[in-house]
Amino acid sequence: MLRSNRSDPPCLNIDGLVKDFGPLPSLEGKMVRVLDGVALQAYRGQVTALLGANGAGKTTTIECAQGLLSRDGGTVSLLGEDPARATSSLRARVGVMLQDGGLPPAARPLALLRHIAGMYSRPADIDALVARLGIGSFAGTPVRRLSGGQKQRLAMAAALAGDPEVLFLDEPSAGLDPQSRAIVFDLVRELRDEGLGIVLTTHLLDDAQRLADYVYIVDAGRTVTHGTVPDLINATRPTESGRVLTFEAVPGLDVASIVPGHLSAVETRPGSYTVTGPLAAADLAVLAQAWDAAGVMPTALQLSPRSLEDVFLEVSGKELP
Amino acid sequence: MSAPAPLARRIALQGGYETMCMLRNGEQLILAIVLPLLALVGLAVTPLLDPLTSPGTGRVDIATPGVLALCAMSTAFTGQGIATGFDRRYGVLRFLSTTPLGRTGLIAGKAVAVAVVLGLQVLVISAVALLMGWSPSPAGIAVAILLLALGAAAFTALGLLVAGTVRPEATLAITNLLWILLAAGGGIVIPPEALPGQLAGLVQLLPSGALGEALRSALLAGQFNFTAFLVLAGWTVLSGVAAVRWFKWS
Repeated sequence: MLRSNRSDPPCLNIDGLVKDFGPLPSLEGKMVRVLDGVALQAYRGQVTALLGANGAGKTTTIECAQGLLSRDGGTVSLLGEDPARATSSLRARVGVMLQDGGLPPAARPLALLRHIAGMYSRPADIDALVARLGIGSFAGTPVRRLSGGQKQRLAMAAALAGDPEVLFLDEPSAGLDPQSRAIVFDLVRELRDEGLGIVLTTHLLDDAQRLADYVYIVDAGRTVTHGTVPDLINATRPTESGRVLTFEAVPGLDVASIVPGHLSAVETRPGSYTVTGPLAAADLAVLAQAWDAAGVMPTALQLSPRSLEDVFLEVSGKELP
Repeated sequence: MSAPAPLARRIALQGGYETMCMLRNGEQLILAIVLPLLALVGLAVTPLLDPLTSPGTGRVDIATPGVLALCAMSTAFTGQGIATGFDRRYGVLRFLSTTPLGRTGLIAGKAVAVAVVLGLQVLVISAVALLMGWSPSPAGIAVAILLLALGAAAFTALGLLVAGTVRPEATLAITNLLWILLAAGGGIVIPPEALPGQLAGLVQLLPSGALGEALRSALLAGQFNFTAFLVLAGWTVLSGVAAVRWFKWS
């Protein structure tokens, strides 16, 4: 199957999803509404990312989609069925990687994968999966002795053991060293190209920017905006310009007084400066003259269009960690 | 398109997997085999049960049914309770319930593991007891096997109720402490009539006392102890309903 055809029926369709937790002692016995009308569609052959800060409701959303949590309102359709009443046939078509792994500490990776594969009538080729995810070097080591990256790769293999059509990944890059991250990300793209519908959550803009074909930004229990990464970045609001200049130099420059009046400038960290506004070539000349007059030479200089981070800040008013 | 393996195969696989986990765990083996064997030998060589012996009914005849009951409590309540409590902590229950195994298959797999391990315990304890001169009433053997199964069901439900409602550290403490208290004074290995007066009536209402008494009636006299059976069945139903109602998967 080829990529990104959003006119096909979605493999996951969530509408008006509501979830209440509680009553909670920390809220004087009151209920708290953690999801308040989440809507999203995920398609085969695409990576769909739920992007949001911790506590935004990403994990709760996909746990309702997996049938691990019951919902208090709205509809969820996973491969045309309601996951709240999942049958073993539906579960056989869906692979799940939980945020905490869910692997028994005493188990040995290869034996565990073979055990899980036994639950399916046509499981994945476990030897190929072990080779692909580099599990061979720790195939006999108890789970409790594995590094974070090794555990995460094993959890990914466990999610794929049944050769699923839909794959859920909850914070897939959590705890990953750069090498594990490259292996996992390559495999996600390859599976996407083979036609799997992949739904992941992440609080990292970089993950979303590098992996996702389609992004839903989740904030305070709602999906606040969605689109492809380029769509989201290019959807410039009429009142704002799409350019950002960042530079690094000695700390403590009075940057607000040296930029032209139609731009705004702040020192975000000591020695890091951000200039925003309708930047023109002439503004760069003004800045360069001011640096020259102050005897300052920037050590780094970058001019960029809006980032996904700007979009995120704009829609949620919050910063990601 | 991916499809699940047949239900029976999924349950058998999970049962085998959980059985191996229990048999590979050193602490579980001590609880399941070593401590019951120590209780059997201890009761056979000390005069603790002498007030209850009679011509033709020796210490080992009185001790063995109680030790078999103790095996059911070790494996079903303490052993499976602790294992399930930690599986819950590590998200193993959540992960496995997303596979075709599902929640029902997971519980069925645990029941299979309890049955297999209990079967092995019964073989070991019975063999040692027979070598020590145990002569069970032949008429009561079939009833005793059924009672052991019912006792295992009651204690599994109780173990899952504890494991599914409190933290695993608390499960560890509660199930171990109750095991010691019930083994010593719960009417399971030491018959209620050998306990101090006020305790005797109370322990017959406990699952430990009921299982111990029912097995002694069956294996000493070949009788079906209907009262003890009713008490045990009541505990099974109540704790089963409570476990279904309050068990938290995460």
